[in-house]
Amino acid sequence: MHPQRWLDILRLRARSLVRRGAVEGELERELELHLELEVEKNVRLGMPPEAARLAARRRLGGVAQIQEECRDVRRTSYLENLIRDFEYAARMLSKAPAFTLAAVATLVLGIGANTAIFQLLDAVRLRSLPAAEPRRLALIQIQGKGGFGISQYSDNLTYPLFEQIREHQWAFSSVFAWNSGYTKARIGRGAQARRATVLGVSGEFFSTLGVAPAAGRLFRPEDDARGCAAPTVVLSYAFWRSEFGGELSAVGRRLTVMDHALEIIGVAPAGFTGPEVGPHFDISLPLCSITVLHHGDTAPFERRDYSWLSVMGRLRPGWTLAQASAHLRAISPGLMQATVISGYSRSSVERYLEFRLEAVQGAMGVSRLRDRYDRSLWLLLGLTGLVLLIGCANLSNLMLARAGVRRREFAVRLALGAGRGRLIRQTLMEGLLLAAAGASLGLILAAALSRGILRFLETGGNRLDLNLALDWRLLAFTAAVAGLTCVLLSLAPAVRAARSQPAAAMKAGARGLTADRTRFGFQRLLVVIQVSVSLVLVAGAFLFVASFRRLVTMDPGFRAQGVMEATFELDRQERDEAVLRQLMAEVRATPQVETAASTTNFLIGSGMWSLVARTDAMVRDARFTWVSPGFFATLRTPMLAGRDFTANDSRTSPKVAIVNEIFAQMFFPGADPIGKAFRTLREPDYPEAQYEVIGLIKNTRYFALQEAEPAMVYVPITQFPLGADGSMMFIRSSAPLATVEAAVRRRIEAWRPETGMQFQAFERRIADSLMRERLLAALSGFFGGLAALLAMIGLYGVLAYNTMRRRNEIGIRMALGATRSQIVGLVLREAATLVLVGLAIGLAGSLALAQTAASLLFGISARDPGQLAAAAAALSAAAALGSLLPARRAARLDPMNALRDE
Amino acid sequence: MSKPSDLLQGTLDLLVLRTLAPGPMHGWAVAARIEQVSQEVLQVTQGALYPALHRLEQQGWLRAEWRKTETGRDAKFYALTRAGRAQLDKELAQWERLSHAVGLVIRMAEE
Repeated sequence: MHPQRWLDILRLRARSLVRRGAVEGELERELELHLELEVEKNVRLGMPPEAARLAARRRLGGVAQIQEECRDVRRTSYLENLIRDFEYAARMLSKAPAFTLAAVATLVLGIGANTAIFQLLDAVRLRSLPAAEPRRLALIQIQGKGGFGISQYSDNLTYPLFEQIREHQWAFSSVFAWNSGYTKARIGRGAQARRATVLGVSGEFFSTLGVAPAAGRLFRPEDDARGCAAPTVVLSYAFWRSEFGGELSAVGRRLTVMDHALEIIGVAPAGFTGPEVGPHFDISLPLCSITVLHHGDTAPFERRDYSWLSVMGRLRPGWTLAQASAHLRAISPGLMQATVISGYSRSSVERYLEFRLEAVQGAMGVSRLRDRYDRSLWLLLGLTGLVLLIGCANLSNLMLARAGVRRREFAVRLALGAGRGRLIRQTLMEGLLLAAAGASLGLILAAALSRGILRFLETGGNRLDLNLALDWRLLAFTAAVAGLTCVLLSLAPAVRAARSQPAAAMKAGARGLTADRTRFGFQRLLVVIQVSVSLVLVAGAFLFVASFRRLVTMDPGFRAQGVMEATFELDRQERDEAVLRQLMAEVRATPQVETAASTTNFLIGSGMWSLVARTDAMVRDARFTWVSPGFFATLRTPMLAGRDFTANDSRTSPKVAIVNEIFAQMFFPGADPIGKAFRTLREPDYPEAQYEVIGLIKNTRYFALQEAEPAMVYVPITQFPLGADGSMMFIRSSAPLATVEAAVRRRIEAWRPETGMQFQAFERRIADSLMRERLLAALSGFFGGLAALLAMIGLYGVLAYNTMRRRNEIGIRMALGATRSQIVGLVLREAATLVLVGLAIGLAGSLALAQTAASLLFGISARDPGQLAAAAAALSAAAALGSLLPARRAARLDPMNALRDE
Repeated sequence: MSKPSDLLQGTLDLLVLRTLAPGPMHGWAVAARIEQVSQEVLQVTQGALYPALHRLEQQGWLRAEWRKTETGRDAKFYALTRAGRAQLDKELAQWERLSHAVGLVIRMAEE
């Protein structure tokens, strides 16, 4: 209506903000002139000058009040006050550097740890797939505990089943599949050969995800025709950048994969690391390429017990996840019937026919990492939350103590007419400043910490690329944590400041004889909270560390130290017995090698292999491993009875087995197992066979150190039903493993230059399998220590402040003859009360929370009394340390000084 | 004697705007003018006058300017802006309506 008016208003506001001094001066001059004119008028009316002046002043009223009212009218007072509060808070904080440092450090650690853990949690759990409309994606899996044949995961399906789904389902506009967990393949030739991570995809993969190429084109359905003659390859963006410098000319060139030169047809977009969270792919191939790259092997497409695919679909418009799930369930019987497994026992077939498919939310992608670390990350987030809570209590306490010191200042300001609201605002402002500093520095710490943890989680050959880029959710989370901290930490001092009665405060400040109970009630409560929460954290740390120690010190039944695992890449065609025998001979002839044995399984973390064993009395699953003579000597697994395999145990000789104690007890209870026989049930590729037990070994851990030993059977590798194998070896040596590796490499290269080789310390595999436990032990230990430290500082702060407050009382006591030790006792008694109450509550809390940690602990109860007692003792020791200093200071007080003071 | 606090809320603003309608004036003159015109019935307490002037200025109804008075002293002169003039008309109309309504009620009460 009046644009001019708004301009005027804007100009005035800006002026009163920026040129406050000038505006104030004008108001003063205006009022002065008014006074002069009024006096003149009074004089004109005949008053004597003095009376005229007085009358004028009376009429005008309080100048200061008018000024204040005019300021209010300017409407900028709120902002001005805010700025002044801010300046004031900054000044007050900079005047107390020790306090500020302690406060900011606490916050940085608290917020930093919180954000770091959240960042990881966010990356493995909350982030959506980089695809179009990820919410419409669904993962198709077998309900409940599925899995059979070579996979135990319910979201792994077979190719025939995928084809059936694709053909018969109606719920999805399109379904696609990829090789679960990706695979590795050799790329390049000769000396340049190395392994790349391969994402094998069905033809609909990229179009259904809605991913657009960064260059060239991506696969279309026709690229994945069964038995494709000339497969093509798509590069990941990162691989394209690192291998081809991001050159557009890479498209159309050829890349050697498993000795086949494949044409590069395109590049996936930046940020697309594949449908799984954590691992990233280098190159993508159509599924059909497997047949070409593996010498015409069509088994993956035909076998009904090779579960190697993950399957996802995009919901048809209008379909919900629940409807899709119901639809899949309804068509499941037909699909299972059409793909029923053959060559298995009846019970396995029946189980298979009962499998039902379901659709689950696929927006977040698939993540083994999530399955494995989800619980631990949530737990760690809880721990860091508790640390932050303790930190807040600590800060609150520090600020309370400060507010106590500044009590007189507040009282004087209240008496001079400062608003209570204003005092609260000022204290809140201090909290806000601290929180802002803590949050911004914490964010920096978080970035470093989360990357550190990620590197920690990476295992030997497994690089993890999680998207840890800062995003708005992380910012929101940090801001929320910081804001909450600020409110938590400012509220108590602010309320106290506003509640204090000026008169009482000034009187108390003048001469306080004893501590004021109500005021200390809250501070004491904070210390009790700190101690109790700290105990929960310290107990957690003790438990996780003890659990981890148990894992690394336990006897797994073998000695991993000095053992190296070696994989030699020989194509199936090249693996005839003569080549394998020569390979073993070459390795054994290497001077540094003490013993070596081939195996079909590297044990810990390297897959499970089960067959059903049967005697007349018993039918049970047992883990089967095929090994060469010398296997037990290499791993130093004690042979309890019988003999090891020998070169005489061959393909044609009677089948023999070495079993472990559990197997012996299960199948031949109370009898000597040597010489006894058992049979295996028929499975595809594994014909029914009879074995004679020739040896008994001590129980050894099989798939995981955390799991109890299963019933185990070892069979000579020469009797392996799938044909000649022996490309995986355990090598024992007393020389450094790097030396052994170099020596073996040289020897094999001299014998057969084109052989690919990988080596890894067996201990490395075991350490990798304990990653989660190590992570939990390290971080919970760190947080527990931090918590104990914070509790110690908190206790120290309260006691030190309290002692100062009671200076007079202590002085009087000393003057009346109290000894130093009595004074020390006085202070320590107070500390002991707080700590004991805190420990009692913390103990109850630990017991209550035990269940959440139970599944993450190994060989130790979450309510283990020994560990809880140790945690309580450790925390008490820290508390004693924290209270000794103020106690000694109290005892050293000079009564004369104390009484004269104030 | 009527105190400003007795004035209806917003009435002081109306009086100030109306007083300034003929031309620019400084604060003291506005007060003196109101008293004079109202034959001393309305005595503006100066404590309320200045906040009112500043408020009207901040709302863009008035524009202020430092000028010399006839006696050669520096004074802050207030003048109506165009928006202020419109606002005065609006407030006057409102006042007429209000006083008319009050009049009706009072007369009815007399009958």
